[in-house]
Amino acid sequence: MSVKTAGGSPTAPTTSKRISGTLYRGREGMWSWVLHRITGVAIFFFLLVHILDTALVRVSPEAYNAVIGTYQTPIMGVGEVALVAAIVFHAFNGLRIILIDFWSKGSRYQKVMFYVVIGLWVVTMVGFVPRHLINVFSH
Amino acid sequence: MSTATLDAPTQDDAVQSFTVTFIIRRFDPEVDDEPRWQDFDVEMFATDRVLDALHKIKWEQDGSLTFRRSCAHGICGSDAMRINGRNRLACKTLIKDLDISKPIYVEAIKGLPLEKDLVVDMEPFFESYREVQPFLIARSEPGAGKERVQSVADRARFDDTTKCILCAACTSSCPVFWTDGQYFGPAAIVNAHRFIFDSRDDAAKVRLDILNDKEGVWRCRTTFNCTEACPRGIQITQAIAEVKQAVMRGKP
Ligand code: SF4
Ligand code: FES
Repeated sequence: MSVKTAGGSPTAPTTSKRISGTLYRGREGMWSWVLHRITGVAIFFFLLVHILDTALVRVSPEAYNAVIGTYQTPIMGVGEVALVAAIVFHAFNGLRIILIDFWSKGSRYQKVMFYVVIGLWVVTMVGFVPRHLINVFSH
Repeated sequence: MSTATLDAPTQDDAVQSFTVTFIIRRFDPEVDDEPRWQDFDVEMFATDRVLDALHKIKWEQDGSLTFRRSCAHGICGSDAMRINGRNRLACKTLIKDLDISKPIYVEAIKGLPLEKDLVVDMEPFFESYREVQPFLIARSEPGAGKERVQSVADRARFDDTTKCILCAACTSSCPVFWTDGQYFGPAAIVNAHRFIFDSRDDAAKVRLDILNDKEGVWRCRTTFNCTEACPRGIQITQAIAEVKQAVMRGKP
C-alpha cells in the first residue's frame, strides 16, 4: 500500500547532484584565488582585443589610427586604471603563489604574504592613479 | 548514611542554557525535488557540540533527520558537514565557539552527490583515495628483527600526514573539486604524501606518476580552504606543495 514512493515523478532521481547551499566561507587564500581568477580572465580579454586592434595595422594603417583614436577618451582612461589595477594585483599575487609552491615556508606565511600583496598593490596604485588621471584629463 | 555521590547534585544556577536556532538543509529523495531549509530551536549548553544539537533534534523533535556519526569524538571522520559555511566535524564544534545570537546553518558537504539530509555519497572520495595506493609497498625483506627500522627523523618527515581520518572536510572544501569532480582532491594527496615520504616504502615513483596526472597535484590552486577545514590540523597545502616538488624532482 505504499503509494507514496511509487507515485513520485517518473524520473525521480535517488540523489540530488545540485551543489548549492550557502556560500562557502573561505578565507584569505580563497579570496586571493577568486581575485586572481577574475583579474586573469579580464587581462586575457584585454590582450585578445589588444592583439586584434594591433593586427589592424596590417589591414590598413587608417583603420588602425581610427580605432586607436577612439581610445583617447576619458572613459578609456578610467578603463586603463582598472586594467592596471588588475595587472598589478595579478603580478604581485602571482609572486605570492610562486613562493607558496617553491619556498618551503611559503604556505606558513601565505596570509601575511596576501596582506603584503594588498599593501604593494595600494602603494603602486597610489603612485600611478593620480599621475595617470592628470594626463588623461589635462588635454 | 548517605553517600555524597548518590545525592542528586544541587542544581547549579551558574550553568546556563541557551535557545539556539539551527537552520538545517533537508533533502529527502523520496519526497523533495530540491533541498529545503528547515529550522529547529534547541536548548543547549555552551559546552555542547553541534552533534549534540543534531541528536536532540533527532531524538526529541524530528526522527527523520538523517546524518552520519559514529565515535562522536573526532576520530572516525563520519560527521564532516558545513557549519555556518565552513566544513567542520559536528562532534568537534562547540556551541560556545559559534555566534548563537544568529541562527546556525548546517548543511551537507559540497561537491559529493547528496543522498539524504546531511548524508552524501562518499564513494567518489574513497575511489580517489584507493587510486593513490595508500598502503606500504616494500620490495625488500624486513631486517633481522623482522621490523623495518626507521630513524626518528625519517618518521618525522611524514608525521603530519599520518593523522588523516578521511572525513572529506578538505576535499569538499576545495573550489577545484566542486567544479571538477575528477580532481584527486587534497585527502588523496595527503594520503599519498604519507607513503611517498616514508623511507620504508619503495613505490614513491608509482604514486608520483599517478599524481602527475592532469587531474593530479597540478589542479591545486593553493586556496588553503583544505588547510583551514582539516579537523586534524594537517598542513594540507604544504603537503601538496611538497608532492608537487617531488614530482618535479622525480623522487621524494
Ligand atoms: S586531511 Fe584532514 S580534512 Fe582531509 S580527510 Fe584527512 S582529516 Fe579530513
Ligand atoms: S563522529 Fe566520529 S569524527 Fe565526529
